Amino acid sequence: MSFFLNVKINVFVTPKKNVLDPQGAAIAHAMTSLGFKDLKNARMGKVIELELEGEPGEDFEASMDRVCRDLLSNPVIEDYRWSIEDAG
Amino acid sequence: MTVSQKLSPNPDPLLNVRITPELVNKHGILPEEYEKILGELGREPTLTELGIFSVMWSEHCSYKNSRPLLKQFPAEKYRTDPPYGKVLVKAGEENAGVIDIGEGWAICFKIESHNHPSAVEPFEGAATGVGGIIRDIFTMGARPVLLTNSLRFGDLGSKTVRHIFRGVVAGIAHYGNCMGIPTVGGDVYFDPSYEGNPLVNALCLGVLRHDQIKRGAASGVGNPVFYVGASTGRDGLGGASFASRELSEESQADRPAVQKGDPFMEKLLMEACIEMMAVPGLVVGIQDMGAAGLTCSSCETAARGNAGIEIELDRVPQRETGMNSYEIMLSESQERMLVIVQKGRETEVEEIFAKWDLHAEQVGEVTEGDRMVVKHRGVTVADIPAKLLTDEGPVYRRESSEPGYLKETRAWTADSLGDPAPEMLQDALGRLLAMPTIASKRWVYRQYDHMVMAGTVLAPGSDAAVVRLRLGDKEKYVAIANDCNGRYCYLNPYRGGIIAMVECMRNLACTGAVPLAMTDNLNFGNPYKPEVFYTMEESVRGLADACRAFDVPVVGGNVSLYNENRNGAVDPTPVVSVAGLIEDPAHITSQFCRNPGDRLVLLGGYPDELGGSAYLGICHGQKAGDAPGVDLDGEMTLHDFVRKQIREGRAGAAHDLAEGGFLVAVAEMLFGEEKLGAELLLKDVDPNARLDALFYGESQGRVILTVAHADSDRILADARAAGIPASAIGTVLAEPVMAVSCEGRTEKLRWSVNDLRDFWENAIPEAMRLPGIPS
Amino acid sequence: MKTAVIQFPGSNCDQDAFHAFATVPGLPARMVWHKDESLGDAELVVLPGGFSFGDYLRCGAIARFSPIMRAVTGFAENGGVVLGICNGFQVLCEAGLLPGALIRNECLEFRCTTVELRVEEAGPFFNREKLGERLMIPVAHGEGNYLIDGEGLDSLRKNGQILFRYAARGSAADRRLENPNGSVDNIAGIRNRRGNVFGMMPHPERAVESFHPSRDGIPVLKAVLEAAKSGAGVGV
Repeated sequence: MSFFLNVKINVFVTPKKNVLDPQGAAIAHAMTSLGFKDLKNARMGKVIELELEGEPGEDFEASMDRVCRDLLSNPVIEDYRWSIEDAG
Repeated sequence: MTVSQKLSPNPDPLLNVRITPELVNKHGILPEEYEKILGELGREPTLTELGIFSVMWSEHCSYKNSRPLLKQFPAEKYRTDPPYGKVLVKAGEENAGVIDIGEGWAICFKIESHNHPSAVEPFEGAATGVGGIIRDIFTMGARPVLLTNSLRFGDLGSKTVRHIFRGVVAGIAHYGNCMGIPTVGGDVYFDPSYEGNPLVNALCLGVLRHDQIKRGAASGVGNPVFYVGASTGRDGLGGASFASRELSEESQADRPAVQKGDPFMEKLLMEACIEMMAVPGLVVGIQDMGAAGLTCSSCETAARGNAGIEIELDRVPQRETGMNSYEIMLSESQERMLVIVQKGRETEVEEIFAKWDLHAEQVGEVTEGDRMVVKHRGVTVADIPAKLLTDEGPVYRRESSEPGYLKETRAWTADSLGDPAPEMLQDALGRLLAMPTIASKRWVYRQYDHMVMAGTVLAPGSDAAVVRLRLGDKEKYVAIANDCNGRYCYLNPYRGGIIAMVECMRNLACTGAVPLAMTDNLNFGNPYKPEVFYTMEESVRGLADACRAFDVPVVGGNVSLYNENRNGAVDPTPVVSVAGLIEDPAHITSQFCRNPGDRLVLLGGYPDELGGSAYLGICHGQKAGDAPGVDLDGEMTLHDFVRKQIREGRAGAAHDLAEGGFLVAVAEMLFGEEKLGAELLLKDVDPNARLDALFYGESQGRVILTVAHADSDRILADARAAGIPASAIGTVLAEPVMAVSCEGRTEKLRWSVNDLRDFWENAIPEAMRLPGIPS
Repeated sequence: MKTAVIQFPGSNCDQDAFHAFATVPGLPARMVWHKDESLGDAELVVLPGGFSFGDYLRCGAIARFSPIMRAVTGFAENGGVVLGICNGFQVLCEAGLLPGALIRNECLEFRCTTVELRVEEAGPFFNREKLGERLMIPVAHGEGNYLIDGEGLDSLRKNGQILFRYAARGSAADRRLENPNGSVDNIAGIRNRRGNVFGMMPHPERAVESFHPSRDGIPVLKAVLEAAKSGAGVGV
């Protein structure tokens, strides 16, 4: 990650494994009722797309983690991961 | 009239095309309308200008097919003696009408449709409908204090209908709840005629002082024009013209025409605008960008202010790149306003918007003359006399002819039904209560925050909603009801129009309110079909006659045409909403029985008509007969009498007969928190009367009161003295049983109120239940 | 006693809270804008209901970063009494001033209704002797489903931190007796361990006037006031 210009980062926020997920449960029910037989479980989270430009600072990864932990997810109920989509 | 200058090529080469007849047609502009454009401009319009004409001359913005009809409505009260009720801003003058409520205060209200967007994208369509009407109200300088809505859907048995119903309700909830304006009432009907073309009419009411009334007028040459709120995108392109044609299979592919709402943005915009309008002399004019967005707000403000306006599109905040003048002018992105500010005070406006983290961009100024001039990248891309787009647009009186089906439906008589079987009489009550149109709408209104602002006195579920208004250190109460039975309007458009109005008035009378003014939403099919136009013409005539009789002015509204599906037009649905005032909270009355032992008194006489009734629909599968008869003088006497009993403290509860008829009305009075019952013994019933018509017919002009035992004789005597038929029909019971018998007849019917309540409460939740999700 | 009602841009129960505190004698309230950095001389802080910043990310997630929240956190750490109602409760959880989180209602819909609450024994101010056994108070929220892990729940129970439970019954034949959101252990309101930060989904400010569904909000507001007067968070 020496430089980036117009980089897209996807942040995935998902409910923690053992946390109740009413939306996921609703999706699972709907899929089952549509005859989708092999479904074991459905979880619903969100994707936050970030577009960045300019030079990454040295502590870029740490600052990404910080903003994911403090703002984009709630660690009490959610996990997060982020990845760089492409360098353009 | 100056001949318009020839314009240089548009900076976007895509827009420099020849205006062919096909292109004109594609814009929904008739050949004769195009001739008018050529004549008035003295040259060929640019594509941007053609787009501007297409939205401004669409039915949605111009009312070109309905304007002559709307002239029948009384714009103000003719009586001048009441202490309040004077119309301060009349229909058509501004975004919404304003009515005096005494002591320097006023209310401002209006209803508007978002039918087609809701058909295509129920959630966003309905949500942005709410957003639009809220902007219409705060634009006038008022703080919105309540929302209601009037909804029509197809049969709930259809999966598609359930999808639309669920989405519309959630969308309304989403927007209103986030704004913090209580959604306190409304009406919901289900009928196959609305399949594929739901009606979503949203109403907002606000409160303001007389000196806070703001106008949507651009005046003062040199005054800056500000654009505030959300930035402009390609969403909602040409929504006004979208609303002004029939939905088709391709409409599904028209999704970009549906806007997405952001209620948080609107909340900021509302607070910032109210704060800005409270500063004396700062705002010269203000108008929201609703249908036809920047186009409509600029030319309307200029036309009202007898001035010109010049807009520079490069300064318009844009959230997409490469937008051309056509797109920017026709975008219907939500949550945007145009504000004309007193020159020299720009920074005051900018500071207020900065406080709310909003942009306020100066995009133009008020100019001399009468033209709307639009510039983009240094080129004039549109130059049109503002009034040509507004007041001087085309107006038509469409061809009208009585629909053929009316002969057949009118020829119907109840005799064709034969005598009602006792089981039918017994079962009909439960079946009617379980009809989604009649059943409890709690599934709907529990999704609406109907208590925020802590002023809701009568919540959804009674005849009318009542909300407390804080007026400085005084308090008054506003009541609001919506009504329209499309089935009646289908069977007799004129009478159906009258009934929509009288039922609304009756609902207000039952809460103790004095009516102030009416707003209407005329939902009809394609006006180019003479039979459709006839239903509109007749319904409007009915509404107008009723308004004049009651001396209730029409202060604004909306016309939604082209509501059609593959089977033709929806039932004619002129939705009526009347606001009323209650000064003393002790006079606020609900429909629910409270005290066992109270007498039930029926005013207006026993019902005896079956035409157009829900009973006929649900038990006999017929939509036939004539709409119930209506007597305007009788209604007025009745309403005054009901209000008098309420004011004198003699009416514990009051409820009018409507869909489902007499027994449904009694049952509904028992569905309060107290879980009571009623024993009905009907005396002096005509021995030849049809009991189904008596129990389930929907004759108008009927109200049931509960009164203390000691008062009942006097009330009966007073009513008769006033010329109102009145009968003591029974007693409120402590146990939840409802029984009815008629003197001299053998039929005795009996129900458990708990069972009836189950039918009534569970019908909609059960239809809407999703597997695996707790309700 | 000076009460500060915090106004986030999307707060919409701020005026209701303001008027309700004015109705309860002796509680004149003052609005404090979220961009302010100081609470001034406030002795009681109320975070009202609403949609603080639109709540598109998570309810209260952005509000906790408002400048005033630093002051609110400091105020609470010094033992000051803070009440969060509805969105205010969500903000307090996001800010870590109360444990747990509030997620989407189990029914996946917004719910506005009046529910019966069972008062729990949650310390010197919130208890049955002061408030009575049952309260009828309106709720109005889409994300009021209180969630906490097993350990956290044990701790809430052990320390008497549960203020109210929905008086839910299995079948909820009476609609007042429903849990409107599916919260764990039917929890409707909690306090922090120290006893000076209170959060509840129901709206006591909508249950104070004669025409409201009840006037049961008055004892709740009085309990908060009493907590503030007595310096609840100090040394508990």
